Amino acid sequence: MATPENKLAFDGGWEYAPAPESTEHAKIDKRYGLFINGDFVAPEKGRYFDTLNPATEEKLSRVAAASDADVDKAVKAARNAYRSTWSRMKPAERGKYIYRIARIIQERAREFAAIESLDGGKPIRESRDVDIPLAAAHFFYYAGWADKLEYAFPGRKARALGVAGQIIPWNFPMLMAAWKIAPALACGNTVVLKPAETTPLTALKLAEVIADAGLPPGVVNIVTGAGETGAALVEHPGIDKVAFTGSTNVGKIIQRALAGTSKKYTLELGGKAANIIFADAAIDQAVEGIVNGIFFNQGHVCCAGSRLFVQESVADEVIQKLKERMETLIVGDPLDKNTDIGAINSAMQLEKIESYLEIGQQEGGEMHQSSCRVPERGYWCRPTIFTGVSQSNRVVQEEIFGPVLAIQTFRRFDEAIIKANNTPYGLSGGIWTDKGSKIFKMTQSLRAGVVWANTFNKFDPTSPFGGYKESGVGREGGLHGLDAYLHLGA
Amino acid sequence: MTTKRIPVAKTYKIYIGGKFPRTESGRYFPLEDKKGNVIANICRSSRKDFRNSVVAARKAQPGWAKSSAYLRGQILYRIAEMLEGRRAQFVAELVLQGATQRAAEIEVDTSIDRLIYFAGWADKYQQVFSAVNPVSSSHFNFSVLEPTGVVSIIAPDDSGLIGLISNIAPTIVGGNTCVTLASESRPLSAVSFAEVLHASDVPAGVVNILTGYRSELTEFFASHMDVNAVVYCDSGKKTARSVQVLAAENVKGVFGRTRTNWMKDDAQHPYLIRDTQEVKTTWHPIGT
Amino acid sequence: MALQAVTSRVPLPDLSRVPAVDEVGVNERVARFQSRSIKKSSKVDALKLILSMIDLTTLEGQDTPGKVRQLCQKAIHLHDSMPGLPHVAAVCVYPTMVGVAKKALVGHDINIASVATAFPSGMSTLSVKLDDTRMAVEAGANEIDMVISRGAFLAGDHRYVFDEIQAVKEACGDAHLKVILETGELGTLDRVRRASVLAMHAGADFIKTSTGKIQPAATMQVTLVMLQAIRDYYYETGRMVGMKPAGGISTAKLAVHYIVMLRETLGNAWMTPEWFRFGASTLANDVLMQIMKQSTGVYQSGDYFSKD
Repeated sequence: MATPENKLAFDGGWEYAPAPESTEHAKIDKRYGLFINGDFVAPEKGRYFDTLNPATEEKLSRVAAASDADVDKAVKAARNAYRSTWSRMKPAERGKYIYRIARIIQERAREFAAIESLDGGKPIRESRDVDIPLAAAHFFYYAGWADKLEYAFPGRKARALGVAGQIIPWNFPMLMAAWKIAPALACGNTVVLKPAETTPLTALKLAEVIADAGLPPGVVNIVTGAGETGAALVEHPGIDKVAFTGSTNVGKIIQRALAGTSKKYTLELGGKAANIIFADAAIDQAVEGIVNGIFFNQGHVCCAGSRLFVQESVADEVIQKLKERMETLIVGDPLDKNTDIGAINSAMQLEKIESYLEIGQQEGGEMHQSSCRVPERGYWCRPTIFTGVSQSNRVVQEEIFGPVLAIQTFRRFDEAIIKANNTPYGLSGGIWTDKGSKIFKMTQSLRAGVVWANTFNKFDPTSPFGGYKESGVGREGGLHGLDAYLHLGA
Repeated sequence: MTTKRIPVAKTYKIYIGGKFPRTESGRYFPLEDKKGNVIANICRSSRKDFRNSVVAARKAQPGWAKSSAYLRGQILYRIAEMLEGRRAQFVAELVLQGATQRAAEIEVDTSIDRLIYFAGWADKYQQVFSAVNPVSSSHFNFSVLEPTGVVSIIAPDDSGLIGLISNIAPTIVGGNTCVTLASESRPLSAVSFAEVLHASDVPAGVVNILTGYRSELTEFFASHMDVNAVVYCDSGKKTARSVQVLAAENVKGVFGRTRTNWMKDDAQHPYLIRDTQEVKTTWHPIGT
Repeated sequence: MALQAVTSRVPLPDLSRVPAVDEVGVNERVARFQSRSIKKSSKVDALKLILSMIDLTTLEGQDTPGKVRQLCQKAIHLHDSMPGLPHVAAVCVYPTMVGVAKKALVGHDINIASVATAFPSGMSTLSVKLDDTRMAVEAGANEIDMVISRGAFLAGDHRYVFDEIQAVKEACGDAHLKVILETGELGTLDRVRRASVLAMHAGADFIKTSTGKIQPAATMQVTLVMLQAIRDYYYETGRMVGMKPAGGISTAKLAVHYIVMLRETLGNAWMTPEWFRFGASTLANDVLMQIMKQSTGVYQSGDYFSKD
């Protein structure tokens, strides 16, 4: 219906003055040890590494590089705590500890949000309004399950597994820590968690909360480090369960490493989700859904809607509106309250994204970026779309993990389904239509663990999350998320 | 010469629509301790107080039901926090009403933990009791629980606190609002509990608490046409039967929770939530 | 109400092709606007812009010439102790008060808006409504705020609603026409969107949310939907239409949210009183207090700002 010849002007005019979040209340130590057995201790080999602010490239702190010996110490502490204290505690009392964690996070929310943005580059508005509240909510939700497991699995007796080794990524550091630790503890396990090497700080602050909440020493242990630390944890014979969120490649490495062992594992890996807009969609809300799906959190989202399928009759309108919406997205200082898109998490990730922008153009795709200014120092990528690409393009097949959207058109429902499913991934998908029966048909046909209808990137502690195919095994969140941390006996 | 400080005696009122009025009837009955001393004058609530409570409960119900499960869980947890903060007061009141110190402490601790127990169910009972039904036609079919509405509760007489809380908590965590008749022989804790509710972000009208004579009020608790379910806790076949007969007038849900030892662990379970929930099933075609 | 069909050869816009609106999605977008943090110079600029966009309004049965004169006085002298303030965009009164306003505003560049067409209910015959309009224009109103026939719209008689707007537009002569949808009576955002499209195609210069006489009046949600309808109409025809939320916007903070929403939905071209107005009576003083707070750093009291 619309012929988008007349354009709107978003440059210049009234602009927003800087609205910086104060960080003087956020306490970051110069150096952090490893949190093992209820205390911060120095790493055995005495090695530390820097953690930077990706928006300024400045050093925030130094954190310990856990060696095999440190991982061993942590696992032993977890095992000891499991055997002597945690597994013997009345479940309701375990629950009360987890409630305490939730409450303290709520009290210190602003500090956590500021540090999350400083360390990882995500906008303060997102940390403040989404990441930290959801993290607290996760602890609240799972705290309540601790003494109710008998109702979750009919005909089965639920028992803890023992010690869980958990490895989390850098895109939602605090939230991922909550997703891992809360259910593990609620089910009666103890934990050794390794945060990502570029974003260790909020996990270390969480360690402080855990200590303040009075949890018995060794119930939760936080070991910082890079790939080697993760490998040491995965391969340690003393853990009963591995939980990993990260890239599909590393997921496969872990799955191979665990072969032949009796360790249970859950893997939450990559994705290349299809976001499908039908002609009868609420178009303006669908455009917002595209933006939510791929541009927020800088596109560093495993379930990002990175492949757009728009029904051909509304394609021009949608793309026009999308381009205009992109012009109102503010890329900049993560600590500015108006920033929509923050810094890319690391130099390495930015390099990877930029190589895909090259590849996309070389393959013949038409690239369009918003025209906003970006700061001089730091790692930045403007919101980007590719048109004139198809399923055989690498930018359509491979996970870019940046604010880059590949756009295709389609004519019929079944065509959309075939193309949406035509990927080794299967984490999530989106459908935009005003017709209810189409939604249920889509949810029936889409091979993905999470289907968002007329919305995107919504998360809730009660809602299970996880993928099909190479997007992983297992679910986190909700009743189904308990499975990962229990042995179900007859 | 030193004069002993005269303590200020507390007036025990009732709790309706988030406020603490006296009974509109102006009547009272004295509560005596074991030695026969009058501890307090307790409001002898009238049927009009009950009527006003139902109006308040009905008004509050849609908003409470619409609030998220997360919020209801947070509020119930807050009630527990507030009760924990006033532990000493509640222990003292139970002792005043005849309990031993030890028994009173255990009752208060159990009450706090019970609130936490039900707070934890707020965002879970739906997952346990709902269903997606695999009907044979091409329809997406799902059954969810929905609160029945306004519930009248006649709390157990032999318990001042735990019996009251064990019935209020599962009722409201599921999105219902309630009007509760406190124990006749141990009414103090109920009124003090109203103060705790008031300090806990519980919206006005979600819980209403009356004190008074069962013999006068039970019939109204059971017969009011704008009440959706009635819960009674005292055994006594005659009362039970009369409640059931009166409830039939508008086909209320009737729940007799008699012969329960509220202090025990098995007195807490999610079926107390399910009792005051309806099941709603929706169908929608699957197709293009 | 006599339904007088006015045969018109102008085809109706195809309302079935207007995009659906998802309420939850709208609420989420609105929440993002509300989370914008507008500080320092951008805040002062916004506040002054808001002042310049206000239609200072009095629409009460108890209005008298004295009341209207006081309103006009306020329009001209918002807060003389603060130099450099813009004046409001217009005063808005009932047709019988237009003459009083015109006299009071001689020599000042402030528009005179009048409600018309049996405001607020719109429950009268077309000829009465046209007379109402003409009377206001003759008395000196250069802006007319009309109400649509909600009953006809809800009953699906789009032809009637469309023709009525066209007829009123004609009766306006040179005066610009704002069409009040009375969003609080339309019920859903889908209907708000469709009513907007209908009104614009029928010749509205502005579309306006509410009469301010019922609840709910203006909300950010209906305003967003209307702004998006304006945008789509602009894409299609190249013609700009203005927008006026009215009723319920009494704080500067809320008004700033609206300006953010305007900025991010329609862009720079609409950021002037020529294309955006606030229908408000008490907003001006709160904006003045905020401007004062920005320049002095001190929180203000209503005692220091005239209440006309």
